[in-house]
Amino acid sequence: MEQTERMAIRCSGITKTFGEVVANDQIELSVRFGEVLALLGENGSGKTTLMNMLSGIYHPDAGKIYVEEKPVSINSPADAQALGIGMIHQHFKLVEVFSAMDNIVLGTPGKKLGRKALAAKVRELCENYGLEIDPEKPVYEMSVSEKQTVEILKVLYRGARILILDEPTAVLTPQETNKLFNILNQMRARGCAVIIITHKLNEVMAISDRVTILRKGKSIDTVATREVNAARLTELMVGHAVTLSIRRPEPQNVSTILKVVDLTVARPDGSLGLDDVSFEIRSGEILGVAGVAGSGQKELCESIAGLTPAQKGAALYHKENILGKAPQEIINLGISMSFVPEDRLGMGLVAGMGMTDNMLLKSYRNGKGPFVDRSPARRLASKLVEKLGIVTPGIETPVRLMSGGNVQKVLLGREIESNPNLLITAYPVRGLDINSSYTIYDLLNQQKEKGVAVMFIGEDLDVLLQLCDRIMVLCHGKVTGVVDAKTVTKEQIGLMMTGEVSA
Amino acid sequence: MSLFLKFLVAAVAAGTPLLFGTVGEILNEKVGHLNLGVEGMMALGACAGFMTAYLTDSLALALLASFAAGVLASLIYAVLTVTFLANQNVAGLTLTIFGTGLSNFIGVYMISRSAEGTLKLPAKVTASLAAVHIPGLSDAPVVGELLFSYNVFVYLGVAVALAAGWYLYGTKTGLNVQAIGENPGAADAASIPVNKFKYINLLLGGGICGIGGAYCSMIINGGVWLSDSVGGLGWIAVALVIFAAWKPQLAILGSFVFGGLRVLKYYVPTGAVPIAFFDMLPFLMTALVLIVTSMRGSKGSHIPASLGVNYFREDR
Repeated sequence: MEQTERMAIRCSGITKTFGEVVANDQIELSVRFGEVLALLGENGSGKTTLMNMLSGIYHPDAGKIYVEEKPVSINSPADAQALGIGMIHQHFKLVEVFSAMDNIVLGTPGKKLGRKALAAKVRELCENYGLEIDPEKPVYEMSVSEKQTVEILKVLYRGARILILDEPTAVLTPQETNKLFNILNQMRARGCAVIIITHKLNEVMAISDRVTILRKGKSIDTVATREVNAARLTELMVGHAVTLSIRRPEPQNVSTILKVVDLTVARPDGSLGLDDVSFEIRSGEILGVAGVAGSGQKELCESIAGLTPAQKGAALYHKENILGKAPQEIINLGISMSFVPEDRLGMGLVAGMGMTDNMLLKSYRNGKGPFVDRSPARRLASKLVEKLGIVTPGIETPVRLMSGGNVQKVLLGREIESNPNLLITAYPVRGLDINSSYTIYDLLNQQKEKGVAVMFIGEDLDVLLQLCDRIMVLCHGKVTGVVDAKTVTKEQIGLMMTGEVSA
Repeated sequence: MSLFLKFLVAAVAAGTPLLFGTVGEILNEKVGHLNLGVEGMMALGACAGFMTAYLTDSLALALLASFAAGVLASLIYAVLTVTFLANQNVAGLTLTIFGTGLSNFIGVYMISRSAEGTLKLPAKVTASLAAVHIPGLSDAPVVGELLFSYNVFVYLGVAVALAAGWYLYGTKTGLNVQAIGENPGAADAASIPVNKFKYINLLLGGGICGIGGAYCSMIINGGVWLSDSVGGLGWIAVALVIFAAWKPQLAILGSFVFGGLRVLKYYVPTGAVPIAFFDMLPFLMTALVLIVTSMRGSKGSHIPASLGVNYFREDR
C-alpha cells in the first residue's frame, strides 16, 4: 500500500434510494492501484448496491465518482468497461450453454476469431495469470470455481485494471479460496486495484490492505488491515462489541434416533445424488453436514423428508424404516425439515402468503370440519414475532416483502414450534448477517439442549466447526468422512470436501 | 412419379408462408421474446401487400409494404414488452386479434369501394408472381421442376432463412443475440446493448412475418382478396420454431414438411378418408410436435433460457 500509487476510484457522497429505502447514504470510498480494499458490512448495509453503481447496473441519485481522479458518469456496464472497471458478480453472469471462450469474448469489439485462434488467446491469458480453464468446456458442465475462473478471465480479457469481486468466496472450498487469493495477490503485484466484498473476517485479514466498513448504508470507517483485528472489525461492522464464539453445550442423554444405511438417491437426470450414504443422527447433538454445493445435500434432505424416493437403502427412525412413507406421515413422526434454497424462498414458505397462512400450511389438517380455522395459526404467528424478534409490518404481510433474515426466522420458527424430535435444517443462515445468524445458532442450541437431534447442513466451515458436535462431509454424493468437530481442522474438511482425503 | 414430383413442388409452395413466419419468430425468440402475434403480423402483411399491389400495380412495392406492415406491427409489441415490460403473452395475443381484425376490416372496406364487388390483383402483378423461368436450369428434367420452378417468394424465403441462420450462428453479432436470449443479465454485464438488439430482432422478425402474410393473400387464393387468408398459419409457425430447434436452416425443412401436409389432400385418392381429415393434419401434427418436444425435455433442445421473461437491469 504505497501512498505514491495513483488513485483508481474515489467515491464521494454517493447516495442511492429504492423507494423509501436508503440503500447508500453519503458513502465515501477510495481504492488505489496496487492495493486490495475489502468492503465489509452486514446484509443490507449497501455493499452490493455501491458496487453495482461502479459497474453501471445502478446510477447514483447523488454523489460523485472519480476514476483516476477524473469525474465520470457510469450509466451502463459498457461505460464501466470502457473505464477499465470489471465486476465479478455474486451470482455469476454467464451464459450456461456457451463455452468458456464464448463467454469470455462475448460483447467485446473486434472481428470474430476462429475457434482455434480464440482458444489460443484464452490459454495465453490463463498462463499469464496462472489460471486454468478448458476454453471449449461449456459453462453448464463447470464447477462453481471454474465458473468463477471464467468470470475472472472475462474481466481480464477486457483489460480491466479495477476489479470488483462480490462475495467471491461464498461458494468456494478453503483450497479454492487460497487459489483465488493467489490470483488476487498477483493482480495487486501487477498494479491492479481490487475491491473485494465479503463478510468473512478471516478473509479480510488475509487478503486486504485496507478495509472500508459499511453499516446501514453509511460508510463508517476505513482502516489499514494490519492495524486492526477481527474483534475491532466486528465492532465497527455491527456497531457494538460482540463475542465471536458460538456456544457449544455438551451433548446430554445421547442416543441414536435416526440411522441411515446405504442410502442411494438418483437425480432426475439419472446421475446419483447420494451414493451409498450411511450415518446416524443422535438426540441431543448437532450433526453438521459439510460439502461443496450440490454434493447431495438437497437429496439427503428430500429423501429423509419423503419428498424424493430412494433407490436403495433404509432410514431407520427408532428402528422403523421411514423411506417410502408419505411426507405427512414423516412429519407426524416428529421429523421436521427446513431447507433454505439459494433464492431463500423456494421451499417451505409461500412467498405471496402472510405469516399466518404459512403457519397454516403445516397445521390446517389438524382443524376440525371443512372450514379453515385461522385463529391458532394467527396466535402462533404472533408468538413467533415476539419470541424471535421478527421485523414485519404485520403477520398478514406477504413474506416476500420481509427481509431475508426475517423470512428464515419464520421458516425455522415454524418448524421448531411443531416440537420435532429430529430437526433437519439446511443453510438456515444463508446470506444472514452476524446478528441474525447468532439468533439462529441460539435457536438450534436450545433445541439440542431439549434433546432434539439436529442436522445442520451448512456452507461456512468456521460455523460448522464451532457449532456442531460431529461433522459429516459429502463429496459427489458420497460420505468422505464423519469427524469430531472439536478436533478436526478446516483444512482437513476442505480436503474431504474435494474427495482428496477420506476419514 | 410425376404426381409425386408435383406433390413435392406443391409442398414447397404451400410451406413458404410458414417458412417466413417461422424464421421471423425464431429471430424474436432468440432475444427471449415469445411473440404470439405472428398470426396478426402476417395478417397485416397480407393486407398491406395485397392492397399495395392492387393500388400500385407493383410487386416490389407490395413486398416492401408487407415488410413495413410487419415491422410496424412488431413495433407495437416491442414497445410494450421491451420498453414497458408488459406481459409477452398478453401483448402477443392482443397483436394477433388486432392484426387479423384490422386486416379483415380494411379488406371489407376496399371491397365496398370496388366496382366489381371483389378485389383482384392486376394482371401485371399476377404475371410477375408466376414461376421464375431460369433458362437452361428450369428446363432440365426432374431437377428443373423440383428446384427451379417456383415464384420469387420461394427463393426469397430460402434466402432469408439462410441469411438468418448465418446471422444467428455464424457472426459475432449472432453470439451477442444468443446471449441475450439465454441470459440478458450476462449479456448486459458484458456490455452488449440488450434493448437495441431486442428491437432489431423483433422488428426484423416482424417484417419477415409480414412478407409471409403477403404470400398468403397474393398467391394462395390466386390473386383474389379473401378474409382470413392467413388462416392459422401463424400459429403453426410458432410451433414450427420448436420443431426447427430455433435453427432457421431447419425451418426450411420443417415448413416444407408442413406445406406437404397442407396440400396432401389433392394428391391422395378421393373417398377413402374425408377431406376434412387432411385439413386437420397440419394442426394435428403441430399438436404432436409440441407434445413430443415437451416430452424430450430440455436436454438437446435449444430453447433460449430466458424465453418469455422480460429484462429490467435494475430488477432486484
